[in-house]
Amino acid sequence: MKSTLYYKAKKVTVNALIHVLLISVAITCIFPLIWMISSSLKTQETIFSDTSLIPVKMHFENYVQAWKEGGFGRYFLNSIFYTVSVVIGIILVSSLAAYAFARFKFPGSNLLFFMFMAAMMIPIPGSFVPLYVLLTKLHLRNTAIGYILCMINVGLSTSIFLLKTFFDKMPRELEDAARIDGCSKLGIWWHVALPLAKPVLAVVVVFNALAVWNEYVLALIIFDSKGLMPLQVALMTFQGEFITRYPLLMAGLTITALPIIILYILMQKYIVKGVTQGALVE
Amino acid sequence: MKFKSTLENYLFVLPAVLIFSIFYIIPFLWVFQLGMYEWDGIMPTKTFVGLGNFKEIFFQDKIWWQSMFNAGYITFIALTFQNILAFLLALACDREIKLKNFYRLIFFIPPVLSEVVVGLVWQWILDGNYGLLNGWLVHLGFPQFAHNWLSDPQTALTTVAIVHSWKGFGWGFLIFLAGLQTIPRELYEAARVDGANAWQSFKKITIPLMIPVTVLVMILTILGTMQAFVLIIAMTGGGPAYHTEVPVLRILASMRGSSRFGYACAQGLSFGLILMVISFIQYKFSSRARKI
Repeated sequence: MKSTLYYKAKKVTVNALIHVLLISVAITCIFPLIWMISSSLKTQETIFSDTSLIPVKMHFENYVQAWKEGGFGRYFLNSIFYTVSVVIGIILVSSLAAYAFARFKFPGSNLLFFMFMAAMMIPIPGSFVPLYVLLTKLHLRNTAIGYILCMINVGLSTSIFLLKTFFDKMPRELEDAARIDGCSKLGIWWHVALPLAKPVLAVVVVFNALAVWNEYVLALIIFDSKGLMPLQVALMTFQGEFITRYPLLMAGLTITALPIIILYILMQKYIVKGVTQGALVE
Repeated sequence: MKFKSTLENYLFVLPAVLIFSIFYIIPFLWVFQLGMYEWDGIMPTKTFVGLGNFKEIFFQDKIWWQSMFNAGYITFIALTFQNILAFLLALACDREIKLKNFYRLIFFIPPVLSEVVVGLVWQWILDGNYGLLNGWLVHLGFPQFAHNWLSDPQTALTTVAIVHSWKGFGWGFLIFLAGLQTIPRELYEAARVDGANAWQSFKKITIPLMIPVTVLVMILTILGTMQAFVLIIAMTGGGPAYHTEVPVLRILASMRGSSRFGYACAQGLSFGLILMVISFIQYKFSSRARKI
């Protein structure tokens, strides 16, 4: 008969192995980011020889230089502007539609809803080709509004799906009370339905903000002027022009990555919810 | 009154339908039309070539098929290495373990970063001359392994595939973990009372109950990885000599490089059709899985 000591030792060993696996993967996840920040604090002279993780002398002026001379200040504001505009647009447009699909019955409502859902299922790789043609014809290429409208469309289907699922399950009592008080349909949507939908709106906001901030290819084909470019395209352009200016490039990458990491840490709950709900519902 | 109410309902969906029609449906239909023309994207006249573009894709475009093969290879690495890692980590975090939430926080950092950021940071680490990886290899006494990871045709594709897996495993991890947590603990308790050891209950309870979730993760991995390309633009741009070229990168090159808009649309259509078949299989599988 094996002693309890044997089982205890076995359990400790197994747990230790599990922790080794988890910790080493966790380090692999964070290390490239630490190296990115570390490289952003070195100078053009030391970056190719200095392999220390924490540089002896930290050159924070790289950030000032990237922000001003590298133009990342401008690109950063562009990215903020696109992200905020698209997210607000998606919230308004998709919640109006989702509310109507959940609460009102009108001719063609099922067909329209099905159309949005079908778009989620059908992959069109290279959809940027006809979009380029369309925006050129509408004279919306190389304009902020053209990019914003395209990106609203990208997030529309999933957001309508998430919001309609929520509205379907939402109890109707409050809306009925508001209606008796003489509130219009639009008033009920704004004053009753939207405030109640806050938890799912948070999921919609986080996922769309991530998608817009990180978007690359549409911005690449839509914008010619540097003044309109968001960060992702600007980074690639910068890398192409100044291939060896690694400290500045790394500062630009940090400026791009940091807001997303902060947003993620603050809203982690909603991201986990979004991923698991979205995946397990389908 | 009734009419006014119906009109009001339409106004609710009008903005969504309008944006969707202009930016989704019209371009979607155009792809079918443009795919049958030779057009440079600027000239007012297009030349009708029928199925000529498709013939060229299927019988002459060797680089297209190499890009398909490359995407298939990256997908294979993602399906095996990436998903097995994700599953093991999810199993580890499903136990009553310290720092569970910390690990969950960390593992999803790579997926929230943009492909441009991930690609450029890894390109710097893997740089042949000044990269940190080679620096370490030399320092640790293995200078024979140090080389130009991303410009050597022998290693470029595998290196890209591994960075892709690094970026993507967090998705599978989260979904696997959510799946594991839906398995009732009583099942394991009952199995233990009946004398089953850990391996037996893993084989008889965990694996069968995780099949639907596994199928889902696999399909999402296939669809996501086959269409990935921004990471590759940032790391290699498709080189050296098309060794890391992937289909969407070819479509972009047909459009921007050789100004063949019709051909680009035809490539998108052929590729989309293949992905549709995979999507359809996903649908079949998941509806069957739901019945079980």
